[in-house]
Amino acid sequence: MRRTRAVESWTLIPLETFVEETGARLTLLMTPAGQVLAQYGFTRAVDVMAAAALGAAIFSSTTEIAKMLREREFAAVNHQGVRHGIFLGSFSTRRGRLLALVVYGPDSSVGLVQLFFEDLVAKLMAASPEKVEQRPVLAADFERELTQSLASLFGR
Amino acid sequence: MSERFVRALERITRIGGVQGAMLVAADDGLIIADASMEGVRGNAVAALAASLAKRFTRVSKAATVGAPRFLHLQAEQGTLIVVAALGGVLVVTMGGADMNVGLARLEMLRVAEVVA
Repeated sequence: MRRTRAVESWTLIPLETFVEETGARLTLLMTPAGQVLAQYGFTRAVDVMAAAALGAAIFSSTTEIAKMLREREFAAVNHQGVRHGIFLGSFSTRRGRLLALVVYGPDSSVGLVQLFFEDLVAKLMAASPEKVEQRPVLAADFERELTQSLASLFGR
Repeated sequence: MSERFVRALERITRIGGVQGAMLVAADDGLIIADASMEGVRGNAVAALAASLAKRFTRVSKAATVGAPRFLHLQAEQGTLIVVAALGGVLVVTMGGADMNVGLARLEMLRVAEVVA
């Protein structure tokens, strides 16, 4: 069964390659606002939404810390646990700034994730289409778009 | 500290045919100290060598022969050697086909002792 799902199809192949090369357990591609573009490994929508919200919050917090240190931003953050590590990296594409949240286990490493993250960024940059004009989100459209996105992310 | 390690690595890089040597954190695949020639993608070698060592550890443990101490990868145009030091550190050396592997191994074991 295919475990990589994408709302935006141009992210699919780079993400599949990244997951295969790093052995990542879970991966999310999302905007800094927490809107998910693609996911690997999640089985429940609630987990994707929680992880995206928390990932976006971590990015937002570290951006503020970077400002306090007069850094432009932190390109990546790694949280190392006993059994799992969490890597959060930000990068630019033609579609704007994106984040990758990667959870890896003892069969991978932060070095591998960092190494193939560089490749992922290059491939996403090459594959990304031009930025589309953002239209205002209407309440009437919101639920339908959310349902469509979740259906794409979980193949339902 | 890192300078001491780089000095230790220079004992390896003085050997003919050696293109680089580094200390790598085995769990993380990150470089601790690096004495490689320009053009060597140190971070790639570190991450992939650590991954290789991890996989071979699983193989050798499954074969009930304990953890690997020495890995020697002979490629078409060169050689990669990994020696496991104490404390979860790997000594990684890469070189051309003409590298003196025996001498490199000897120096790598010495470096492993220094690290330990």
